[in-house]
Amino acid sequence: MKTDYPKLLLKEGEPVKVGSVFDLLGPVMVGPSSSHTAGAVRLGLMAAKILGAKVKQARIQLHGSFAETGKGHGTHLALTAGLLGMKPDDRRIREASQIALEAGLETVFENVNLGDVHPNSVRFLLTGWGGEKAEINGSSLGGGKILITGVNGFEVEFTGEYPALIAIYMDYPGMIAEITKLLAGKGINIAQMKVSREGKGQNALAVIETDEPITDILSSEMKKMPMIEQVMFIDPS
Amino acid sequence: MRSYGELVEKTEKLNKKISDMVLQEECLRTGIPAEQLLKKMKNHYAVMRESVESGMTGEWRSLSGLVGGEAVLLEKYRESGKSILGNPVNKAAARAMAVAEVNAGMGRIVAAPTAGSCGVLPAVLLTVQEMSDATEEDAVQTLFTSAGLGMVIAERASVSGAEGGCQAEIGSAAAMAAAAAVELCGGSPDQTAQAAALALKSFLGLVCDPVAGLVEVPCVKRNAMAAVIALTAAEMALAGIKSAIPLDQVIDAMASIGREMSCSLKETSRGGLAVTPAAQKYKDHLAR
Repeated sequence: MKTDYPKLLLKEGEPVKVGSVFDLLGPVMVGPSSSHTAGAVRLGLMAAKILGAKVKQARIQLHGSFAETGKGHGTHLALTAGLLGMKPDDRRIREASQIALEAGLETVFENVNLGDVHPNSVRFLLTGWGGEKAEINGSSLGGGKILITGVNGFEVEFTGEYPALIAIYMDYPGMIAEITKLLAGKGINIAQMKVSREGKGQNALAVIETDEPITDILSSEMKKMPMIEQVMFIDPS
Repeated sequence: MRSYGELVEKTEKLNKKISDMVLQEECLRTGIPAEQLLKKMKNHYAVMRESVESGMTGEWRSLSGLVGGEAVLLEKYRESGKSILGNPVNKAAARAMAVAEVNAGMGRIVAAPTAGSCGVLPAVLLTVQEMSDATEEDAVQTLFTSAGLGMVIAERASVSGAEGGCQAEIGSAAAMAAAAAVELCGGSPDQTAQAAALALKSFLGLVCDPVAGLVEVPCVKRNAMAAVIALTAAEMALAGIKSAIPLDQVIDAMASIGREMSCSLKETSRGGLAVTPAAQKYKDHLAR
């Protein structure tokens, strides 16, 4: 750890498990469970953002503890609320089923085994009103923290705490350099980055989490890049 | 932050409050100005107050129907004039339970440190603020003491039931509330540590065995018990009573007990209350 600020209480080299006082007091959330309710709302919210459109149909597959105790924790309502764009502190989460009905969002829940994943995991199979499709896997890690682990069959890892850019493109040498150059040109700093691909020279997916918000100009410039098939910008939630 | 003992020492040397130090440290670590942090904490306290008021209407029921609407019975009993606990303690117990009922009913709360233990801190702080001449600002400030202690517990042990059992959730909540109550009443930094140690020791070994895996039984009523223990611990510390085992060592003991605790007693609902015949009956009923 860098000593770029005077330390009152921390010792040199001490691992920091807790980032902020608000990890211990907070989040402000609708109950009953930070993992099964608040985290579930955030997973739904992130899934809808990744789809990038208003959700029309959602097949929601619940794994492990989400499947076993989800009902009593309002996990179904929480996931639905997230898909409708609600945040974990939204008082309407309890009425999410009714609101979904009014909004024309159809949801189907299934209990499945997603394999060797976190006990609180879910897979969304989403269809948007414009025919958009997306498949999103994610886990609720506790304390309202989440991890998105899959997008459209690609393995990814991002938390939704930073602005994120997801690019699907044809794998070729220098592609990542072009994307990062574009970001650097706009003064955007990369916090984390992960790239995965189907195979050499095939489809690849990059998730880039940034410190600064991603601007509209950058978004349109990226969409113009020839090898890019799809690009999504996800605000933190 | 790894040592509350060191924090107390530094705080007393500088003649400050624990909350001052935690706030200053948070500013330095995050780069966020103090006013902004205080504003966010003020909002948290407002949500805490709302959750108490909302819970005391007695209108909340959990999705399963197992809990809800009972906190208000404590208030009615107090109003009957026959209360054993007396005004402040009865109020704190009722309020802690009320907030936990709001949580179980999918209402809005502040996790403190977790959703399952969300009633203790608001109940204790609101009640102590009401009784003392402390202002709302003072109460908001002392939340940083609670959070600072919570950070030490999270570093040395855990605040998660799945990792450390209920002692890690409700025990931490009670310790955090006791420390804040002491500071709000004008106690010394060392007294906040004594109160927290006394409170936490009362929960060592407590398992997490929720019926049907829900944050309802025994969680909701346990919030009331923890509020009363937190108040007792704060009063003991303010009276000059000390814990024979220093707080950091109590936290370490909690961590080691948590590691030795069977997985069946750490939020998996495979042991304890969760497998009693009555719990099985509830579970069967819910499955239908």
